[in-house]
Amino acid sequence: MPSILSISGVSKTYATGFTALKEVNLDIQRGEIFALLGPNGAGKTTLISIVCGIVNRSSGTVTVDGHDINKDYRAARSLIGLVPQELTIDAFESVWATVNYSRGLFGKPANPAFVEKVLRDLSLWDKKDAKAITLSGGMKRRLMIAKALSHEPRILFLDEPTAGVDVELRQDMWEMVRRLREDGVTIILTTHYIEEAEAMADRVGVINRGEIILVEGKAELMRKLGRKQMTAELRAPLASVPDGLSHYALELSPDGTQLTYTYDNQSDRPGVASLIRDLEAAGIQFRDLDTKNSSLEEIFVNLLRQKP
Amino acid sequence: MNLRAAPNFRAVWAIYRVEMARAFRTVLQSIISPVISTSLYFVVFGSAIGSRITEIDGISYGAFIVPGLIMLSLLTQSISNASFAIYFPKFVGSIYELLSAPVSYLEIVIAYVGGAATKSIILGLIILATASLFVPLQIEHPFWMLAFLILTAVTFSLFGFIIGIWAKSFEQLQLVPLLIVTPLTFLGGSFYSIHMLPGIWKTITLFNPVVYLISGFRWSFYGKADVSVGISLGMTLVFLAACIAIVAWIFRTGYRLRN
Ligand SMILES: Nc1ncnc2c1ncn2[C@@H]1O[C@H](COP(=O)(O)OP(=O)(O)OP(=O)(O)O)[C@@H](O)[C@H]1O
Ligand SMILES: [Mg+2]
Repeated sequence: MPSILSISGVSKTYATGFTALKEVNLDIQRGEIFALLGPNGAGKTTLISIVCGIVNRSSGTVTVDGHDINKDYRAARSLIGLVPQELTIDAFESVWATVNYSRGLFGKPANPAFVEKVLRDLSLWDKKDAKAITLSGGMKRRLMIAKALSHEPRILFLDEPTAGVDVELRQDMWEMVRRLREDGVTIILTTHYIEEAEAMADRVGVINRGEIILVEGKAELMRKLGRKQMTAELRAPLASVPDGLSHYALELSPDGTQLTYTYDNQSDRPGVASLIRDLEAAGIQFRDLDTKNSSLEEIFVNLLRQKP
Repeated sequence: MNLRAAPNFRAVWAIYRVEMARAFRTVLQSIISPVISTSLYFVVFGSAIGSRITEIDGISYGAFIVPGLIMLSLLTQSISNASFAIYFPKFVGSIYELLSAPVSYLEIVIAYVGGAATKSIILGLIILATASLFVPLQIEHPFWMLAFLILTAVTFSLFGFIIGIWAKSFEQLQLVPLLIVTPLTFLGGSFYSIHMLPGIWKTITLFNPVVYLISGFRWSFYGKADVSVGISLGMTLVFLAACIAIVAWIFRTGYRLRN
């Protein structure tokens, strides 16, 4: 299936001389949820701004559903909805007027019933006559989303949608994103909350210093890079790890009461079962055993550490 | 035909409507204040000075200053309406939406300049109506009166749009109107005929573009002008063309809009 968004060889050097993107290549599949992860200043917003036509790229090409974003900008842009990182709304307009304005701006005929549905879905209907300036931060964020959805985009960019948003609203947003996906909308979100990518995304891209360093299916990524850890709570503290167990590279906690074994799914390190046997053979007794998968967050931190 | 490449009239309408709505929201500021200031001009200039200068070119002083007063407001309001309309979204950041929308530069200009010009034309007509309460008015060439009104409003709205795009701060936004436009308008023959000036000043005045606007506009009222009407019209069109050229250049280069 052809990708709905294709970015190839895109670089951006700002007027200050700073190069924010270096030869970025990225293809987004139709209907997927793609999470773009990266530290502050990595170039996430710059990349999104280029695709949406807010920032001019220095080189490279971008096509949206086959439409070049310059030659065929009307067709390309009318497919895209953008919820930017910053809360920027005309404070003196009413919610209703603002959202209808957005719809008109994107060339869609007035459709009060649809706009009403968008506002209801985002729990903004009872605020429809309120001026934007009287809304709380979370409501403003939802208003920005309503504006982006008002023109029925096929691709939705969410640039850190849940920054500064409380837990309940965050859940609502995830729910909304899933509903949109069911309707066939492609969603690209940036986030610093790794659990968000973990909970939502089909694929994850990691960008650092203007370069995409990894794009991978989330499950794939977890399997490939994911590590498991087993922690044994000891009955009696140890002074050091017995020599007979050195090939496990165990970590002993400073107080000597916990042994941690780290192994990944693919490595040829011996399995947990053999470790438990060897522990018992060495006369080490434990109260409890605990195993866990490493999260995307740990994977992410490791990745960035590997590529300075 | 590729329908998606068709002009986005809905966007033009959406922007235009929001701009007009802003005027209605601030109706006090947009309408009442010019009415009050025009009335004050009449009290001060019309009555106080008018009692000494009774007639210019056979027109009562009160009536003589009406076209100039309208032009004064038309110029300053067109510039401030249009410059603010485009500067404000730049300032709060909501311009992202305009830049990401399937709208051409031409459509953006038509919508914003159209909105600003409409507002100042309405304003000009309100001042005209207010003035008619103070002095008996006559309009000899109503067609040309409207033509000058519209041409000037459009030209200076374009000019304001340019300032709004160029400005990086509120100070800069007000700099050009304050330092250039206001002096030029006051020295443009709103309150006197340039024939009343001593020789050298009269020559200098002819370099002031506003003189031509006011003179042409006044001619449409009373059939009398400081400079010939053809030249007035020509100068207005030259200024309009210059503004269009600058706007076209801004958009070709993305100047100060897209990084
Ligand atoms: N207008 C600009 N002029 C010059 N440099 C810029 C401009 N905008 C962004 N940058 C620089 O480009 C780099 C990438 O910025 P960008 O906003 O894309 O990062 P980001 O990944 O979105 O970061 P964050 O997670 O903090 O939002 C940063 O170093 C930033 O300082
Ligand atoms: Mg960002």
